[in-house]
Amino acid sequence: MSTQVASTNRFMQLFRGPLGILLTLTYVGVIAALLMLEPRSLLWRLLLFTALALIYFIPQRPAVKMILGALLLLLIVPMVGLRNPFLLEIGFQVAVFATLALGLNVVVGFAGLLDLGYVAFFAVGAYLWAFFGSQQLWHLNDPPGTFSVYPTFPLEAWWFWIFIPLAILAATATGILLGFPVLRLRGDYLAIVTLGFGEVIRVLANNLDKPINLTNGPQGITPIQRPPLPPFLASSEVLTTLSGWAGRPIGLNDIYGFFFYFMGLIVLIVTIVIARRLEHSKLGRSWTAIREDDIAAVAMGVPLRRTKLTAFAIGAAFSGAMGVLYASNRTFVSPETFSLTASISILVMVILGGLGSIPGVVLGAAVVTLLNIDILQTLSLLLSSLRQGNDVIPLIGVPWKNLPTQLDPARYQRFVFGLLLIIMMIFRPEGMVPAERARLELHEGEEGFVPEVRLEGEVAPNADEQPAD
Amino acid sequence: MRLRRVNPIKEILRPLVQLLIFVLGSAVIVSAFVLLLALLLRPTRTDIDIFQVTLILLPQVLIDGITLGFMYAIIAMGYTMVYGVLEFINFAHGEFVMFGAFAGVELLIWLNAQGILRTSELWLAVVWLILAVLLGMGVGGTLAVSAERFAYRPLRGTPRLVPLIAAIGVSFLLQDTMRFLQSAIHGDFYRTFPEFGPFAQRLTLFSLSIDGRSIDIAIQYKALLLITFAIIMLVALNYLVNATRLGKAIRSVAQDQRTASLMGIDVNRIIALTFLIGGAMGGAAGVLWTFRFTRADPYMGFIPGLKAFTAAVLGGIGSIVGAMLGGMVLGLLESFAASYFSIFSRGAFGAEYKDIFAFGILILVLIFRPQGLLGGKTTQKA
Repeated sequence: MSTQVASTNRFMQLFRGPLGILLTLTYVGVIAALLMLEPRSLLWRLLLFTALALIYFIPQRPAVKMILGALLLLLIVPMVGLRNPFLLEIGFQVAVFATLALGLNVVVGFAGLLDLGYVAFFAVGAYLWAFFGSQQLWHLNDPPGTFSVYPTFPLEAWWFWIFIPLAILAATATGILLGFPVLRLRGDYLAIVTLGFGEVIRVLANNLDKPINLTNGPQGITPIQRPPLPPFLASSEVLTTLSGWAGRPIGLNDIYGFFFYFMGLIVLIVTIVIARRLEHSKLGRSWTAIREDDIAAVAMGVPLRRTKLTAFAIGAAFSGAMGVLYASNRTFVSPETFSLTASISILVMVILGGLGSIPGVVLGAAVVTLLNIDILQTLSLLLSSLRQGNDVIPLIGVPWKNLPTQLDPARYQRFVFGLLLIIMMIFRPEGMVPAERARLELHEGEEGFVPEVRLEGEVAPNADEQPAD
Repeated sequence: MRLRRVNPIKEILRPLVQLLIFVLGSAVIVSAFVLLLALLLRPTRTDIDIFQVTLILLPQVLIDGITLGFMYAIIAMGYTMVYGVLEFINFAHGEFVMFGAFAGVELLIWLNAQGILRTSELWLAVVWLILAVLLGMGVGGTLAVSAERFAYRPLRGTPRLVPLIAAIGVSFLLQDTMRFLQSAIHGDFYRTFPEFGPFAQRLTLFSLSIDGRSIDIAIQYKALLLITFAIIMLVALNYLVNATRLGKAIRSVAQDQRTASLMGIDVNRIIALTFLIGGAMGGAAGVLWTFRFTRADPYMGFIPGLKAFTAAVLGGIGSIVGAMLGGMVLGLLESFAASYFSIFSRGAFGAEYKDIFAFGILILVLIFRPQGLLGGKTTQKA
């Protein structure tokens, strides 16, 4: 994280020194106060998010930034979350998708393999827990829609913790099985095969309700168990105290909101650490080498297929683990969640933030997730409320009422993603927070290009200086 | 590149003969396999005579498979030509198909609303259909050229992943653009092919009698028309690539861009023209697709695109003849899977699994013969 301090931006200079800390704190405090007053406002939510980004970019020592970030994530977000649980839900989803995006970043960003069916591994994990963590095991011979919910489950809820490693294993195995035949070919083939594989998993999920009802078809599986809460959190004293603070009754569902939010945070932090360690490991450098020039890498002794396969399997593992978490959070899975759009939206997170750049990918994931579940939805709500009224659209003169419901902004995710992908590829292929290498590579030889020197941290070696194994 | 003088008649006959061999060959092989399977399964089934059922269904399944195969072949041309010239998988090709389909359908719906299509004359109906196909070609081609000009050309020479990702972006953008246009104009995002002309009538070829039941082997005018259109297009494309100056230029650019430009070929123009031809074929295929399956919707291009790409890889990507063979094999296999899978598995697995079948073939080809059935140039690297 520290290497990004080298910002020469004028605006950022404001945030130097103790005064800068004070300024940041004021900003965060004002946003927090506004959010406490109006917990449902989209604008304040977005500003809270910019506060987090600001903390990351200000020129301060890492320790200071960590404390500021922790203050925001561990204190202010849960406090506002007491008033508006949706904020915690957003936080959890951002964490899950950031983890997914970091996994895809290993495949696409580090190793340069384009995976367009990434969500398939997510589906493997999600359906694994959905099948064993729900009552589906008892309904194998019932056609979808004919059975009712029972009070007990075949497996107890604590099995959740066993199924996370199991899902990692299952997804890794799937990844290796799929990658093995394809990874010896050129990258384009991998793209198309993963695209097809994503489609296959969706078709299977949709149709495996017969001859044996494994997935319950398009209706999806529900209810899926959530992991058991720690007993101290579920006690009635905690509930009453929190209700007092929040000014509204706090139930077990709210507690689960907090639980998943903190779990998401922990998972994300662990993932970031793993991704950083991987990036600078020997394996990570092999990935860079094959991404830049696989023939040269092979000549230097990098085992091509094994290295590619490891990247593919690690990416799949991240995705599978998140599948279990996501399924238990939603308590529901259906094939719809695992569409091509979902795969591409994770790809957009990686591209938007910056291929191969860990902070970039997290930022990209946050932006795209907010866009998906918050901004577009809010716009849709706004539009439908306009449709209720009698106003007329300015400029065209058509009443809002006559606007077809098909024009709902929430249905145009693909438009937004497509546009983002094209614009990013043409104007800024290295992303918002570029990885150092990508920035150097993509703008080499351009007018006014000054290679920025890193202040701290090591300089990554060039691909052709790879030590031979 | 061969600099020999070409014989135009030969260049027209050659692809025709090739197509005939491909169609007959794959049809015979797949039918023989299915009939054998039915014979083997016959003793296990007491409820129905599975061999007889298979036999009764066979002509229609074959016709469906062949029409489907021709459509895949036409769409695959777009992939394979662009790949041959730029070594780039144009993910947005399915969307050119979709735009062509909408253009054709919109034209026919408009004509229908004017009352022009109310005709029982076959030739007149065919003329209107040709008009729609031509419009689809125009729209598909224009779109392909603009996508190349604005999204792909600025990215030439960048790392491989960059244009590939841009192509996915173009694909998504086009899908929702069409959805938006249709929703804003009609309030609904899909359109249905208007019913007109005597296309549903059948042309009886001959009658068979199996166990005392007489079966007419008949072909719909619709299927006949689809096959005719497809053959004309494929032969024309073959002629264009193999027997004209333009085709020679395309082949030389595919072989070596730098040398081609040294020989006085405008490489940018040739690449744009390649996109134009591929996009036009795609647009025409889109109109034919909706003619066959009646519904045009903004996401219709994805699955045919994926299948056509599979067909191109199956035949050997970059090879036009290969794409024709690949399309035919895939179309037949898919049609057989869709019809017989459910019968052979006693209804446990439905026709939905045909997509998985096609995809399984892609994986098998990539494992055992990555250069495709007819591809000479290996795509393997390192």
